[in-house]
Amino acid sequence: MISVERLSKTVNGRPVLDNITFELEPGRIHGIIGPNGVGKSTLLQLLSGVMKPSSGEVSFDGARMSGYSRKALAKRLAVLQQGGLPPAGFTVRQVIEMGRFPYQNWFGDEREDHSALIDFALESMGLSDLANRALDQLSGGERQRVALAKVMVQEPEVILLDEPTTYLDIGYQVQLLDTVRQWQQDRGLTVGAVLHDLNLASLYCDQIIVLHQGGVAARGTPMEVLTEALISEVYQTEASIVIHPITGTPQILLQPKGSRQILAVT
Amino acid sequence: MLLLAVSIVASLSIGSSTISFSDVWGILLHQLPWMDDASDHWSAGEIAIVTQVRLSRVLLGVLVGACLGLAGAGFQGVLRNPLADPYTLGVSSGSSVGAAFLILFGYQTLIGEWTIPVIAFVTGTLTLLGVFFLARSRGVMQIETLVLSGVIIQSFLGAFVSLMVSMSNDVVNQILFWLMGSLAMKNWADIYVVLPCLVIGLPLLIAYGQALNLFVLGERHAAHLGIRVERTKLIVLIGSTLLTAAAVSVSGVIGFVGLVVPHLIRLIVGPDYRLLIPLSAFGGGIFILWSDTIARVVLAPKEIPLGVVTALLGAPFFAYLLYRRKKGQEGQV
Repeated sequence: MISVERLSKTVNGRPVLDNITFELEPGRIHGIIGPNGVGKSTLLQLLSGVMKPSSGEVSFDGARMSGYSRKALAKRLAVLQQGGLPPAGFTVRQVIEMGRFPYQNWFGDEREDHSALIDFALESMGLSDLANRALDQLSGGERQRVALAKVMVQEPEVILLDEPTTYLDIGYQVQLLDTVRQWQQDRGLTVGAVLHDLNLASLYCDQIIVLHQGGVAARGTPMEVLTEALISEVYQTEASIVIHPITGTPQILLQPKGSRQILAVT
Repeated sequence: MLLLAVSIVASLSIGSSTISFSDVWGILLHQLPWMDDASDHWSAGEIAIVTQVRLSRVLLGVLVGACLGLAGAGFQGVLRNPLADPYTLGVSSGSSVGAAFLILFGYQTLIGEWTIPVIAFVTGTLTLLGVFFLARSRGVMQIETLVLSGVIIQSFLGAFVSLMVSMSNDVVNQILFWLMGSLAMKNWADIYVVLPCLVIGLPLLIAYGQALNLFVLGERHAAHLGIRVERTKLIVLIGSTLLTAAAVSVSGVIGFVGLVVPHLIRLIVGPDYRLLIPLSAFGGGIFILWSDTIARVVLAPKEIPLGVVTALLGAPFFAYLLYRRKKGQEGQV
């Protein structure tokens, strides 16, 4: 759906991404992981077309990113960005309606009535009771759900998530990613998500792309990618990999330096 | 709309020379082509006061106020800065430098009747660029830093205007006019300068209302929803500067209108720029009209400069906004 070919990006004279090539496959969830400062957010901005590559190319559905108008792109690709929404004076419903902007003409009208779509988004994010509250009266977690509802009414084919679970407690982290995955499965969406938490990445992603030192260090299923050797190389820390008893996906257990093994691993 | 109409009626009828309410309207009605000649009923002096002095002044006030209210809403929206307005950003002073220079050195028709607004627009734009340059550090513009830069540039340029006026022969009134703003001694020609700018600026900013709503969520959000951020910023900033320049070239620097009006409108109708922009134009007109009526009447037959009245009303309001921001309720743009 989105393919990246020999992409390089230099920010303030410092090369951040160097000659990387990969693809976001249609209908799958991709996790982009890597240590701090490796350029994950930069990569996401390049994928969404708001940033131009220094060299190489990003293409969307077979055509160069730069060939799309901003509005045409916004109808097909939506971004849930890091840090969420600011505490503005707009109501929850008004903000979600802003997601329809790419479909509106200069007078702010749309051919078809979209209120059912907005109601559906409100309901599926559990925001129906808050619809007429102002954004600045909501908690950070509630604002993040508003942001996701706004992305939903944009009706995209691809969504890009930039660390969507930051500032959320574990309950909301799982709830948010469950919602994304449910929606992804219903509509056959393509998802690219920058994730900090390797265990969440392993639980929800079909494909994982590991960024390290400006390049792609590994790609593949969580099982193929998340190994003790890779964690040690990329994050400079020792970890044990165990298999999740219910989902069967690899999970990472951290360990303090110099820990002695006290249980026999069977 | 209704409030504007009522304000125009009231303001026309209130003045330092005592002409009764019914006489004012009698004279005006008799200007309509199918009525008989007004001079049968009233003296030439009365007719002149109503048609030449008051009517043009009231209409000009409405237009200038609309320009300043609009410009304020535009600046606040695109800079996402609740303290921005043509005055606090220094754009008004920048425009007044250009206009004052032309008038005081006799170049006001260098390139035709549009010389003053054009040059005021150019110097206003340059001032805005200067303020941005001062305020920007590492690519980010802090809200307070921007206003501080505006105030610094504004006082520098204000001193410059004073200096220029001091060097010319007819002094004190002119200085007051440029630094404090006034609608006195204006005529229909001035209206024809402001009106075209308003006719361009109003629909332009209204068209960008929804874009400015998305700006409230942040420039990145706006970009992801399909807005060309840099182009939108450029157009709204240029439009707002044009409106400011038009207002300043006929009425001098009238402060705080663009700050107070959009905030009051926001209190009434909420943060939606699609309503906020047109209503700021109406609100600006009403605000100037009443300020000017106060300026004319309170110390009659003397006049208070209009900018004094708006500053007396606006500066405490500015202080209140600053105070509320410091209390942590920011982002209420």
